[in-house]
Amino acid sequence: MTQLALVIDLNVCVGCHACVTSCKEWNTSGTAGPMSDMNPYGEDPTGTFFNRVQTFEVGIFPNTETVHFPKSCLHCEDPPCVPVCPTGASYKRESDGIVLVDSEKCIGCNYCSWACPYGARELDENQKIMKKCTLCVDRIYDESIPEKERKPACVNACPTNARLFGDINDPNSEVSLAIREQGGYKLMPEWGTQPANHYLPRRKTRITIHEDELIRADNPLKKERKLPMPDADDPTLDETTSW
Amino acid sequence: MSKPIHDPLSKKLDEESRIEVKNTTCYMCACRCGIRVTLRDGEIRFIEGNPDHPINKGVICAKGSSGILKQYSPARLTKPLLRKLGSDRGDNDFEEISWDRAFEIMEERLGHLRATDPKKFALFTGRDQMQALTGMFAKQFGTPNYAAHGGFCSVNMAAGMIYTIGGSFWEFGGPDLERAKLFVMIGTAEDHHSNPLKVELSKFKRRGGKFISINPVRTGYSAIADEWIPIKPGTDGALLLALTNEIIRQGLYDREFLVQYSNAAELVNLDENSSEYGMFVRTDAPVEEGCFDPQNKLWWDRESDRPIATHTPGADPYFLGKFKLDDGMPVKPSFQLLVDRVKEYTADWASSITGIPAETIKRLAHEMGITARDEKIELPIPWTDTWGNEHETVTGNPVAFHAMRGLAAHSNGFQTIRALSILMSILGTIDRPGGFRHKAPFPRPIPPCAKPPNDPRAVQPNTPLDGMPLGWPEDPDDLFVNDDGSPVRIDKAFSWEYPLSVHGLMHNVITNAWRGDPYRIDTLLIFMANMAWNSSMNTSEVRKMLNDKDEDGEYKIPFLIVADAFESETVAFADLVLPDTSYLERHDCMSMLDRPISEFDGPVDAVRIPVLPPTGDSKPFQEVIIELGSRLKLPTFTNADGSRKFRDYPDFVINYEAAPGIGFLAGWRGKGGEKFMKGEPNPRQWEMYEKNNCVFHYELPKSYQYMRNWNQGYLEWSKRHALTRYVEPINIHIYSEVLQKFRLAAQGKSDGKQPPDHLRKRVESHFDPLPFYSQPLEAELSDLHKYPLNAITQRPMAMYHSWDSQNPWLRQIHTYNYLNVNAKTAREAGIEDGGWMWVESMHGKVRCLCRHSEAVEPGTVWTWNAIGKASGAWGLDGDANEAKQGFLLNHLINEELPPSADGDHLSNSDPVTGQAGWYDVRVRIYPAADDEPKVSSPQFDTLHPVPGQMVGNNPGRWLKYFAGRKKH
Repeated sequence: MTQLALVIDLNVCVGCHACVTSCKEWNTSGTAGPMSDMNPYGEDPTGTFFNRVQTFEVGIFPNTETVHFPKSCLHCEDPPCVPVCPTGASYKRESDGIVLVDSEKCIGCNYCSWACPYGARELDENQKIMKKCTLCVDRIYDESIPEKERKPACVNACPTNARLFGDINDPNSEVSLAIREQGGYKLMPEWGTQPANHYLPRRKTRITIHEDELIRADNPLKKERKLPMPDADDPTLDETTSW
Repeated sequence: MSKPIHDPLSKKLDEESRIEVKNTTCYMCACRCGIRVTLRDGEIRFIEGNPDHPINKGVICAKGSSGILKQYSPARLTKPLLRKLGSDRGDNDFEEISWDRAFEIMEERLGHLRATDPKKFALFTGRDQMQALTGMFAKQFGTPNYAAHGGFCSVNMAAGMIYTIGGSFWEFGGPDLERAKLFVMIGTAEDHHSNPLKVELSKFKRRGGKFISINPVRTGYSAIADEWIPIKPGTDGALLLALTNEIIRQGLYDREFLVQYSNAAELVNLDENSSEYGMFVRTDAPVEEGCFDPQNKLWWDRESDRPIATHTPGADPYFLGKFKLDDGMPVKPSFQLLVDRVKEYTADWASSITGIPAETIKRLAHEMGITARDEKIELPIPWTDTWGNEHETVTGNPVAFHAMRGLAAHSNGFQTIRALSILMSILGTIDRPGGFRHKAPFPRPIPPCAKPPNDPRAVQPNTPLDGMPLGWPEDPDDLFVNDDGSPVRIDKAFSWEYPLSVHGLMHNVITNAWRGDPYRIDTLLIFMANMAWNSSMNTSEVRKMLNDKDEDGEYKIPFLIVADAFESETVAFADLVLPDTSYLERHDCMSMLDRPISEFDGPVDAVRIPVLPPTGDSKPFQEVIIELGSRLKLPTFTNADGSRKFRDYPDFVINYEAAPGIGFLAGWRGKGGEKFMKGEPNPRQWEMYEKNNCVFHYELPKSYQYMRNWNQGYLEWSKRHALTRYVEPINIHIYSEVLQKFRLAAQGKSDGKQPPDHLRKRVESHFDPLPFYSQPLEAELSDLHKYPLNAITQRPMAMYHSWDSQNPWLRQIHTYNYLNVNAKTAREAGIEDGGWMWVESMHGKVRCLCRHSEAVEPGTVWTWNAIGKASGAWGLDGDANEAKQGFLLNHLINEELPPSADGDHLSNSDPVTGQAGWYDVRVRIYPAADDEPKVSSPQFDTLHPVPGQMVGNNPGRWLKYFAGRKKH
């Protein structure tokens, strides 16, 4: 059974927000749109975004890590937002595992956003219905889009290629490989949601210097007569042995 | 589960609408990524990266993908405006006028200035991606008073590197992350070349490279660094010199590289009685004149223990030692002088200045040196050097760097960046795989050939300027000064105060013009620069100067023209407003004559083509220039019979030739588009660019792609294709004779121009042929006990090198700015996280919100720059957060240094280049009182919209953007 998902590589995400606004522009004019913004030019603007990037600090100076953390609907395999929906608007597709909102059925009761532990559900304050990431279901099957580009808008946009897309139930897919080889992990697994999106952790690369790498026969300083030679009068074997 | 009613896969929307797709080039920052714009019923449906574009290969950033709301901003200006009689500048009181009237006004006024005193017309542009056109216009007009924003931004990065290696970071060169194993990013936040750098950085990390970030702050790219090394602002020079000290001490430098490709082994005259003291010894070998380094210098050969001409086959020079020529002249190789210089710059010394542990500094030096030496790359690419030697391979030392404004925006930045360039050179990484690689049109001679005029008589009525408006002085005689040594330019560029100010000093124009020092001007034309706001230091005072009048009631700067696409704080001060189009509404060039987007492997230039018609009566500024130039009958724009030469900008781009065969665009030249770089105008050039993703990319043969400073094949190709004039090698200036020439002039030892007496000491100490570390000038004149902290700024990723607070999507990411303070520092000052506070320098103070942070070193406070806005600017509501909580640090920073022995009104800038010393300011912090208003200070009166402004684009409470007629 196919389960499409995103794998987000925290090791290369630089927090540029390309995913945030390319998602917004794709979806606001799409079938899930428009994605409203309240007070767009005024005080405390706030709007509907399917994907947000939070940047946070870990540790105390100077041992501080800064982490850029994109988060959108994780298309859980056991999504808590589905059974709680009173109208059946919240549903998970059997064919590919994408969790969607049927905008014609949704009454905006917010029950799903209470159930989702990840805060992935937003009420569009203008239309008063729930909206969320669709994994660009309207792009990935659209044959008028060149095959290489039949991916979510955020995946195509991401300049560091931090967002991988594919079927986590296909062991040979790019996403399965990344999860397996790079320690891909689930967010808050204790909630039992079986999130399909995974994150790849930070990894540090270090250089090891060996002492003897600093002492070399081909040290260029030797050409400058830099390394001291013994005095001409110092004894050597030349004078003290005849073998 | 019942079947959904709403079908998410429905294509009904598109099927019932008119869909168009066009490629063009983004404009938000200096990347110039290729974009693909989809329109639905004539409205923008989607902007994505063009997968076929060599720069971004399909990716796009937050700014580019928000272009929709840039286009439809309620701040858009659509009508030329004239300030109403009786109103003051800043009142924002305008009446609409026609373009005809606007041109009449400009033609009459500028025509009069041109006929009487051309330097009374000053043209300064913020955006510097049109300098080929605006610079040419200024030259044709005959005014010396022209520059873009470089002096204000990062000229130190350009000058420091170009005067050393003949190229720089930016779109002129960069780190080869494809082959590097160690990448050191220093003083960089989010910067030029952002998308391509992101693409490469991610691949570099995934390939196992180590990424080190040296920065007072850990944000943006630094977040994914393997190692973050916090450093005190303005002290990077100390670090770089200590690294150099350690690398030399351990013998980790690339001797072979330095022998052949730099002046490290060349002998320097050390006869104190000689007027050539500190210059290279020259042989009698005859040399041609030209802007290149003649090959007539000497080495001291190890074999024969005698002086010998450089690059003599079989010779091998000493790097260290002191020698005597036959005539008794004492000499040393310049590398020995470098060693003498860095001897005291130990890791321990640098540690106390930078805050970086000495062990870390040494370890860094070892990691760089050993990686460079032991992980050499050999590419099977044969090439021939300029001395005729054939090489079978190209060698690389895989240590790469990237640096930007954190190094540049200090008054000691030039020397710091010379130190960086020298470090990169002694590691043997210049134009080599895995190191630093140039991008066409670089490398250029050191320094490049273009020179500004050097005589006030170059400015004549009704005559083009005799020289380039900006250029590269090589000698004191190149300075643009009057007979008494005083400056000719309004910003005092190319004067003894800032001799190598190759990008001008935009930050001092208004103050100098207001004060009449060196003289008054009549008209200031500002394009795309917010000089009454964030594009100035000392913002509040500068605004007053713009509004200041003489006793007779005339403004001290009589006429102010502002060209912009958006209603800004500066538009409010204009007398005449020219509405510019957006980037989607115009033709444009990213030209080889200006700031192209070349790749490492060859030249690239690009265009923009209109995707949408101009909004209202907005007119591309390029068209304004063409029209004005034609009306003023400037020679370039006028036929021999006096008739107009160019119909419009696209016509100009095709048919204008700066020199025979050389035009703005390099691709598809020749009658049928069969030539490139040089060729006859091609009437169908625009169409050919349009068919090719708006970009022209020429991939050099592999043997021409590396070692280009010394690559015979490349230099000949470059000469044949009109990129450069000479085929001479461009040897790295470890030791800068250029700087020594200025020092000798200051010491009174030269024959040519010498500085006025009061500047001798300043020039003598700062024009040092070898880099040195010194405190920034402002620090020397500040009470560091009272103001112990450094204050710096950076632009955030989502608004990098662009200004997007008028964009609802982007402003939700950065609605207002905090002052970020190290948590411990903040607590010691009694300031809460999220609390109101004051930050104060000796020049002014600002009230703002505090954010505690562990990702900043304790002696530094920082904020995002240019998030704060004046109330009502950019189509925002009067109570927008950008105005109420947002703030500018600019109010704390002065454009002039406090009076000192060197002068009363010296620019707060690097004394070598005039680079604005933004990050030199010292501050103190303290909490705001509980009873103070909970708004940032200072506040400004709310701007109301102006006639023609697209206020209808503001839907009020709800924006529900949806492209196309059929809403669903």
